[in-house]
Amino acid sequence: MTPVQIADQIFVLIDHWLIDQCPTIFQPIVAAILPVVVILGLFPALFAFTTVLERKGLGRIQNRMGPNRTGPLGLLQPVADGIKSLTKEDTVPRAADKIVNFLAPVVLVIIVFLTFAVVPVGRNMVLANLDSGVLYFFAVGAATELAVFMAGWSSRNKYALLGAMRAVAQMISYEVPLLLSATCAVMIAGALSTTTIVEQQARYTGIWPHWYVFTPWGFGAFILFMIAALAESNRSPFDLPEGESEIIAGYLIEYSGFKFALFFLGEYLGMFAISGMGITLFLGGWSAPFSFLTWIPSYLWFFAKLFAIIAVFIWIRGTLPRLRTDQLMNFAWKFMLPMSLIVLVDTGLWRWLTPGAARWTITSLVVIIPYIVLGRAAGSGKIEKRSYRYAT
Amino acid sequence: MTFALPAIFAILTLAGAVAALVLRNLVHCALSLVFAFAGLGGVYISLGAQFAGLAQVLVYAGGVAILIVFAVLLVRERDEKQDHTTIRWGNLLSGIAVSTLVFIALARCILSSTGLHNAAPTAPVAEIREIGTMMMSVDILPLEIIGVLLTASMLGAVIIALKEARR
Amino acid sequence: MLGTGILKGLAETARNFFGSFVYKERLTTVQYPEQRLPRMESSRNFPFLIFDGEDWQKGLRCVSCFICEKECPPKCIHITKSTEKKPDATGKLQFYPEAFDIDVSVCMSCQICVEVCPFDAIKMDNNFELAVHDRFGELVLKRDQLAKSNEYFNSIHPIEAEEVDTRLAAERAAAKAKADAAAAAAAAKAAAAPAATPAPTAEGGGA
Repeated sequence: MTPVQIADQIFVLIDHWLIDQCPTIFQPIVAAILPVVVILGLFPALFAFTTVLERKGLGRIQNRMGPNRTGPLGLLQPVADGIKSLTKEDTVPRAADKIVNFLAPVVLVIIVFLTFAVVPVGRNMVLANLDSGVLYFFAVGAATELAVFMAGWSSRNKYALLGAMRAVAQMISYEVPLLLSATCAVMIAGALSTTTIVEQQARYTGIWPHWYVFTPWGFGAFILFMIAALAESNRSPFDLPEGESEIIAGYLIEYSGFKFALFFLGEYLGMFAISGMGITLFLGGWSAPFSFLTWIPSYLWFFAKLFAIIAVFIWIRGTLPRLRTDQLMNFAWKFMLPMSLIVLVDTGLWRWLTPGAARWTITSLVVIIPYIVLGRAAGSGKIEKRSYRYAT
Repeated sequence: MTFALPAIFAILTLAGAVAALVLRNLVHCALSLVFAFAGLGGVYISLGAQFAGLAQVLVYAGGVAILIVFAVLLVRERDEKQDHTTIRWGNLLSGIAVSTLVFIALARCILSSTGLHNAAPTAPVAEIREIGTMMMSVDILPLEIIGVLLTASMLGAVIIALKEARR
Repeated sequence: MLGTGILKGLAETARNFFGSFVYKERLTTVQYPEQRLPRMESSRNFPFLIFDGEDWQKGLRCVSCFICEKECPPKCIHITKSTEKKPDATGKLQFYPEAFDIDVSVCMSCQICVEVCPFDAIKMDNNFELAVHDRFGELVLKRDQLAKSNEYFNSIHPIEAEEVDTRLAAERAAAKAKADAAAAAAAAKAAAAPAATPAPTAEGGGA
């Protein structure tokens, strides 16, 4: 193997070597567990790094420094946060439902880790090469709403329940554009398997890659997917359910200490998982942006793209104000759902027309004109005087 | 060995279903029903029907479960009174008797049928591509009816929401 | 078009982010405790006692008149009057406080003690870094901890200190002028008296 290939497949080679070291009886078990252990170690470490990055990034955006006391440049802040969350008292309200209260963060973290199984991190580096990987991802990801609901209900606190209801409504509403925009990539790739989708995008015409984001329908679908991903992981500007200043952490209000840290972990890992899926579907997974850059290992490209998306999420968090629940829902049902249906039709057009400049112009127009029309329609309504209904 | 995994999932499903019947707290029942749905999805997947299993998890555990939970929450009585029903032995005995009779009747019918001794038919190819092709060619009518149903439900939801806002 | 506002906002925050690395004055963070913000004239925290001159025991302005102890709303001042008098800054013999305790865990910084003191002996300090390990013992500040010089008062409240100093100087000058005038009048009277009765006053002056 050439040195470039060795560098690219280094972790696969190490994995095979470690499996070979074990006695033959244990080899299937070790082969199954070893990548799982890697995922369990790698993504929480990334989560810890992201918390510091987020706080410092938000600080710089807000013309202040982030944490800079713990360790150089504040990089040991997650250690301090971890120690704090582990040693805090774990309060459970007396009227709370103890079993469901305990299970909610556990279920959330388990489900989020399950979704990492189909994200291809590099060439030949996916945990489970399922034939219907994308479907698996969304099927398992839909169960996170259940964990949120369990958290809110088990606290026996009406504000927690209100927050949980709002969170679940938000997540359900944004599932539809998420799934529809993911379907566009699946349509063109012709398979539900994540590795196939990435391999389809890893080709080049000249130096330009075949990433779906560089096509009109792909760009629209990518934007819709990313907005829906922000809403699915309850992240600003859609973080009203856990709004820190509105209903004080909403469904998380009765959680403290390690369970709160688990929710936090679950939320960020969910963000990584959905970003990973977005990268797989639209940004070409582990493939390089230009054909002359393919000598850089594939996993480095994946994590570079993941880092870029996280930076954009942090940037958006520092810029946009929080959306109200009714604004959220309006946006989902009146703008994103029609747009995602139109992008789906556009994808079909792309597939049906013959390749060429005509295809590009037609599909671009089919995306841009409805966007402008829907945008005007959504934004043009005069703010009518609210009528209040009083209790009789 | 190949039957062990579906059997485990089937037992989990049954446990979830029994818990949904037996538990006092209504939301606990709903949550164990969700567990039963997921177990059923596991049965499908371990039997090789990946698409059916994942669609089961997506639709039932992700959608219908939320719906059930919302319904339970919205229709709950104030100060949920735990109804401590005492077991009435007469009812229990008659229930056991009737169910045993039905079971015996069904078992005799099934065991004495001829279809039991035929060879198992070859499993149809359940890959997603095949399912998609069949849905678009052979089973196009159910697909269109489902589409009409979904559109009608969406329109109905919009009309209901609109009427409240107009009031 | 939809989204231009968001893009403008994103550009603004990006400018903030990158600008904070290039232009250091964008970052308004003060790295406490290495750097401190300068405090204003009117910032105040807990009272302190002023002494004139170098030696705090000799120059303490407080004459233990007990007015501040009586006027203090939460009663956080406790004074013990001395039994003998000592000369103050102007030379007049005054009582002095043998013990002057302020319980800063009780003090509510209302400044009433400052307002009622007729001798400008107690003023408000602005030091807030008073954390100690013992809540009940070490948070009662004693006389030696409370006594700070007039120069210190000038440094923390320059405008107020200037007003107090000019007023006190004027009062002392007026008092001195009055004393000089009285002494001159007495001397004039004494000079006039011996002329009338020379023999007995000479003996009286000698004794």
